[in-house]
Amino acid sequence: MTAATTDLPRAEAAPAVALWRRFARNRAALLGLVLFGAVLVMAATAGLIEPTDPLRRAGDPLTKPFTDWAVPLGTDQLGRDILAQLFHGARISLLVGVLATLLSIAIGVVVGALAGFFGGWVDDVLMRVTEAFQTIPNFVLLLALVAILGSSIEYITLAIAIVSWTAPARMVRAEFLSLRSREFVDAARNLGVSNGALIFREILPNALPPVIVYASVIMALSILLESALAFLGLGDPNHASWGNMIGQGRAVLRTDWYCAVIPGIAIVLTVLSFSLLGEGLNDALNPRQKKQ
Amino acid sequence: MTDPVLDIRDLKIALPKGSDRPFALDGLNLSVNPGEIVCLVGESGSGKSLTAGAIMRLLPEPHVRVAEGSIRFEGQDLLALSEREMKQIRGDRIAQIFQEPMTALNPQKTVGWQIDEVLRLHTGLGRKARRARVLELLDLVHIPDPRSVYHAYPHQVSGGQRQRVMIAMALACEPKLIIADEPTTALDVTTQLQILKLIRELQEKEGAGILFITHDFGVVAEIADRVVVLSKGEMVEQGTAAEVLNRPKHPYTRALIGAIPALVPPRPRDFRDAPVVLRAEGLVKTFAARGSLISGKRAPVTAVDNLSFTLRRGETLGVVGESGSGKTTVSRIVTRLLESDCGAVEVDGTDLLACSPRELREMRRHIQMVFQDPMASLNPRKRVEDLIAQGPIVHGADPKAARARARELLELVELSPAAATRYPHEFSGGQRQRIGIARALAMEPKVIVADEPVSALDVSVQAQVLKLLADLRDRLDLSVLFVTHDLRVAAQLCDRVIVMQKGRIVETGVTAELFAAPSHPYTQQLLASIPGRGWTPPDLATDAA
Repeated sequence: MTAATTDLPRAEAAPAVALWRRFARNRAALLGLVLFGAVLVMAATAGLIEPTDPLRRAGDPLTKPFTDWAVPLGTDQLGRDILAQLFHGARISLLVGVLATLLSIAIGVVVGALAGFFGGWVDDVLMRVTEAFQTIPNFVLLLALVAILGSSIEYITLAIAIVSWTAPARMVRAEFLSLRSREFVDAARNLGVSNGALIFREILPNALPPVIVYASVIMALSILLESALAFLGLGDPNHASWGNMIGQGRAVLRTDWYCAVIPGIAIVLTVLSFSLLGEGLNDALNPRQKKQ
Repeated sequence: MTDPVLDIRDLKIALPKGSDRPFALDGLNLSVNPGEIVCLVGESGSGKSLTAGAIMRLLPEPHVRVAEGSIRFEGQDLLALSEREMKQIRGDRIAQIFQEPMTALNPQKTVGWQIDEVLRLHTGLGRKARRARVLELLDLVHIPDPRSVYHAYPHQVSGGQRQRVMIAMALACEPKLIIADEPTTALDVTTQLQILKLIRELQEKEGAGILFITHDFGVVAEIADRVVVLSKGEMVEQGTAAEVLNRPKHPYTRALIGAIPALVPPRPRDFRDAPVVLRAEGLVKTFAARGSLISGKRAPVTAVDNLSFTLRRGETLGVVGESGSGKTTVSRIVTRLLESDCGAVEVDGTDLLACSPRELREMRRHIQMVFQDPMASLNPRKRVEDLIAQGPIVHGADPKAARARARELLELVELSPAAATRYPHEFSGGQRQRIGIARALAMEPKVIVADEPVSALDVSVQAQVLKLLADLRDRLDLSVLFVTHDLRVAAQLCDRVIVMQKGRIVETGVTAELFAAPSHPYTQQLLASIPGRGWTPPDLATDAA
């Protein structure tokens, strides 16, 4: 009967489709996605390349790459197959990256959300704790934690999460501070929605996009941190990891540089893929920044 | 007959591909003579601000650019000038006054410095001469005590004074053309009137041509010599103010003018026998200013001071006042989104302020709110049906039934039920506000608190939403506490009105009586400041169809 019934806007594409379109508009992001896919494939097919143990002796020590097709990328000084280690290392890197990121984001979201939503003394206490963590240099804290906890892969993951939750916490807090005074929060509160639902169902979904983008940075950093630990010989020796490979390759860097360079390239490409993905996610999740 | 200062011919401004229309402005013809005020009127999205951008050559190129036409300023084609030459003209011979003086002024520099900068850029005056000229300008725009304002920062002077400073800046080089882009929209009515008077007065004194951009026909009636009406980029009507205002020809202009709320209050209805649904008693809210170490303690601000009122069933009670009067605080206190320092808010006999958090959540269903900004008050990541059904679900309704009810409510507020699965950003402002109203109705509340529900909307949409609110109120026997700064809107809907100033009620009464014979000087001043109060919109109801 009225104009309002008839002039509904044209239906928009489903959110997921719109998201993909915005993501795909960024060429670099697509490259990042391809690289990330390659790392995933490596991790998935590691069992096919080397079914038993990547750390077993596979050939003569220090075979150069492309000389023996049984070990295409050559072997290190203990005769271990570099290709097999590279593929199994992808598993460890992804595992550490994903788990440490999830864990640190979880801690950060809870701390940041509580601090930003309630403010007052809750905010004061939580933020002073966060600052305490931030003032200690990341890597020093990581070394200390690994020294205390031990250097098995689980503890390394936990330790990386503990040193990297502060940035997402601050980010979530800032988002909450601006979102909690928005009218839609008052509107929901006025409907009788409880504080818990306000935090997690109303505000958090709106606060997440920048955090998701930042997660890609944490992921890249976690992989670097794990590699750095392994490089110093503090990695888990029972797993083939890229950091371990570089750490051991260092001993023969002058004569057999490929032992360190091949895993090094793998790390560079993986970290690059995450940061490109982050760029693309930023375009996809925060379209308003670019639209106008 | 003198030559026009500004002469725009067949101006077309192209929008980027994928916009809702190819041209933001399609064939605008407009001229401004010296000593003339031309009002460019249109609703949001009509392309009126882009016109200002095109004249100043400040369009966000290359996405939005002038596709065709010419803009001649004193016979010179502005579009053919180089950026360098344009810089010479901007601020010197063409000046602009912006809508929001707070954001248009640099918060880090003193007022004096900023006016001084214009003179430094465009004149060869020495430091002393410039200072004298700045003080002279501040005096010209009637700023009391120019010397102290010279050294003040923008946040230290009031909104009206900031706009005066902007005008002083615009006048600094005695421009031939002033573009005023909604210069009074951000101001209170009483300040607005003063600024409009000032612009009129200065324009007569200086003889510049003024292109005045506005959406408000009240303001047009107040100030315009000639009027140009824009609709979606097309010029639909042009003529002298008297012609356009009193004998509009184009259907769009007629619709716009017809949508202006008349200053005629509804016939008083009798509510003496109706039961009281909402009673506020002795509300006080003081905002303690948290001083810093350096600045020391600042004085606390009393936003609401000992406020009491009653609202009876079926009645609409208006709370009117200017910004800072505490009217919004009142709406937040009665819904307990803000804690009152003392007093009581009784909804159907239960004191809301004494409720425990659990009881409060239960009580909230009885008092619902319609918010000012329909975009900000709808969670952008929720579908419309979830937004509307959220309240009932929280209070234990079956989710499926609640969503079905949400669709019915959408029909009630005259939206298609197909809207249910959409997200808020897909709707226009008026449609969003309908969703907000549906959300409030979903709880079947006893009282609806509407906080400036139409002030973010265009006039024609405003009229529709007001009509909807009045319809719903009568059909569902709603009791409404209606907070607004706009006396025209209050006159449309409210049975009784409370006038607030600085947290206190200065006058209260039945709308018709209060508008006819205001007793408090502040109310009298408010009523006298309504833009265009001397102009009664022609009765166009007969041919609105």
